[in-house]
Amino acid sequence: MAYKLLEVKDLVTRFYTPEGVVHAVNGMSFNLDEGETLGIVGESGCGKSVSVLSILRLIPNPPGKIEQGKAIFLGRDLLQLPIDELRHVRGMEIGMIFQDPMTSLNPVMTIEHQLAEPMVEHLGMSKRDARDRIIELLQMVGIPNPAERIREYPHQFSGGMRQRAMIAMALSCNPKILIADEPTTALDVTIQAQIVDLVNQLQDKLGMAIIWITHDLGVVARLVNRVVVMYAGYPVERASVKDTYGNPRHPYTISLLRSLPRIDMQREERLENIEGRPPDLFEEPAFCPFAPRCPFVQDKCWQENPGMRSVGENHEIACWFDVTKDDL
Amino acid sequence: MLVRCYQRRFVIRDVWENRRVKANSNTAKKNNEVIIRVENLKKYFPIERGLFRRQVGAVQAVDGISFEIRRGETLGLVGESGCGKSTTGRTMLRLYEPTEGKVFFGDVEVTALSRNEIRSFRPHMQMIFQDPYASLNPRMTVGDLVGEPLLIHTPMTSNERNEKVSELLELVGMNPRFSVRYPHEFSGGQRQRIGVARALALSPEFVVADEPISALDVSVQAQVVNLLEDLQDKFSFTYLFIAHDLSMVRHIANRVAVMYLGKLVEIAKGKDLYSNPLHPYSQALLSAVPIPDPVIEEKRSRIILTGDVPSPVSPPSGCRFHTRCPIAEKICSEEEPLLRQLEPDHWVACHLA
Repeated sequence: MAYKLLEVKDLVTRFYTPEGVVHAVNGMSFNLDEGETLGIVGESGCGKSVSVLSILRLIPNPPGKIEQGKAIFLGRDLLQLPIDELRHVRGMEIGMIFQDPMTSLNPVMTIEHQLAEPMVEHLGMSKRDARDRIIELLQMVGIPNPAERIREYPHQFSGGMRQRAMIAMALSCNPKILIADEPTTALDVTIQAQIVDLVNQLQDKLGMAIIWITHDLGVVARLVNRVVVMYAGYPVERASVKDTYGNPRHPYTISLLRSLPRIDMQREERLENIEGRPPDLFEEPAFCPFAPRCPFVQDKCWQENPGMRSVGENHEIACWFDVTKDDL
Repeated sequence: MLVRCYQRRFVIRDVWENRRVKANSNTAKKNNEVIIRVENLKKYFPIERGLFRRQVGAVQAVDGISFEIRRGETLGLVGESGCGKSTTGRTMLRLYEPTEGKVFFGDVEVTALSRNEIRSFRPHMQMIFQDPYASLNPRMTVGDLVGEPLLIHTPMTSNERNEKVSELLELVGMNPRFSVRYPHEFSGGQRQRIGVARALALSPEFVVADEPISALDVSVQAQVVNLLEDLQDKFSFTYLFIAHDLSMVRHIANRVAVMYLGKLVEIAKGKDLYSNPLHPYSQALLSAVPIPDPVIEEKRSRIILTGDVPSPVSPPSGCRFHTRCPIAEKICSEEEPLLRQLEPDHWVACHLA
């Protein structure tokens, strides 16, 4: 029985901007078990990145503010932890990789210098030991000639290589959780396939749990065990990957999957589209956030925002009604 | 000269007014008439160094490609970033001057037109750009943006123009009252609709859509693709649809061309290419696209290419794909493969296919 590594409860994050209050995350909850891979899926602006950045308190404050919630990591609430203890968690116990490796690597530091930083900081390694370990890590993530290449700067690496170096850095202290925030979005499909494969192999080898944030429902299908679908700052469906794709129960998930063209199917007719667009988040809706676009919308949806409820084993949705993909 | 311009304006106006009738008769015909022919098109971007801007090399973005597009069809052009697909589209419209090669639009050699001639030829061919945030002037109203091509190319009065703008906005599914607003007031999907309306203002016959949906949210992409398809049905446009999203290209394109490092490696009907890719690069590319279905993904085997795309400044000898090709042999690094027709309408540039 795998134990619960991270438990996020009722997380609320808002941004106080001059234009108004942005309700970025409105009650996000999820669990992450040891060694599992969780996918957080949603369109841009749905709060998937903000909710994960909030857990590590990486939200710039001001304008961002974590209003409420808990993030229990191995018995400690990360949202209450003193900052010097939290620093130890970041990078050491929870590693992170980002969408654009060029902006997350420092352009004026060599790869060696950057990768050594977390190890010197967290593990108290000497620079020489760190160098040996870096060469080992770069070899592990598939960078050819690591002994030579550690003297290079990020701009001398290609996009795929930079992401590999980022992964090596995130894994350098053997974290228990790897958070991947759209790590393949900026990459071409053939490079994306390489990175997904690499992360799969590394997980088999090192056994860390992974939170993979993406808007690409295709990537998730291959990679994760469980999926949380987010919409307008709310989680709307939580299920195993098989249920999410095979038996989606939230109208948003159902419509989204239907709107995707597929490479393995020739579709002659029009794509099903979701009318309208995602809401801006300046107001906290008093009703279901998907109601304006929902094909199944009824009176009740405009009156009250449904909370998460269980519709099957490990399958929860935020919808008043029982619909399946055959209803659409 | 002035007189000539003026005459041309009237010619265009006539064309304009007859377009709808013509479009309908075209749909009825739907023949295999070739509307665009590209012959050995090359576009090199010089690399200059030093005080005297001496040329030290060239980025061989597009290096000798040839293909045809038939009236009313959608040709999908796919490939990874940096393979030259956008450069191809832009060079075809003479937004870039080609280094070598010819582009024909019907009987007109586009690449031989003078600067003035190309300007008056532009109404025939238009472009939809990738980034709806960067391609619309933020200081112009929607009405001005959509009306600008009409102002330049037609002798319409401002009332006629406003009427036409309203009609166009309605056509792309936007409220005509929005014409007094500015681009920043709209979402990405709506901005792309404005871009589409602008491209269609002069009723072009050929439209290059350069990654028109890749900057949009997933749930909005389908809306824009449906719009492009509806418009094609209505006016029988010919599209060159440039994209890196192979799933969407499968949906929208009749024929698909695959590019790698400035060369065409395969061109075929959509269903032939997707069900039976013959070039090793196309095979790898298709197998790398994830399918949103965990049951299928579990069983699917993939070809994972090693390494990155080489630099187009000094591309590999022979077949440009040989450095990453899983089945490369000696000949591949020595001799450049030419496009061969292996099956009806299915062309491949590979020695071993």
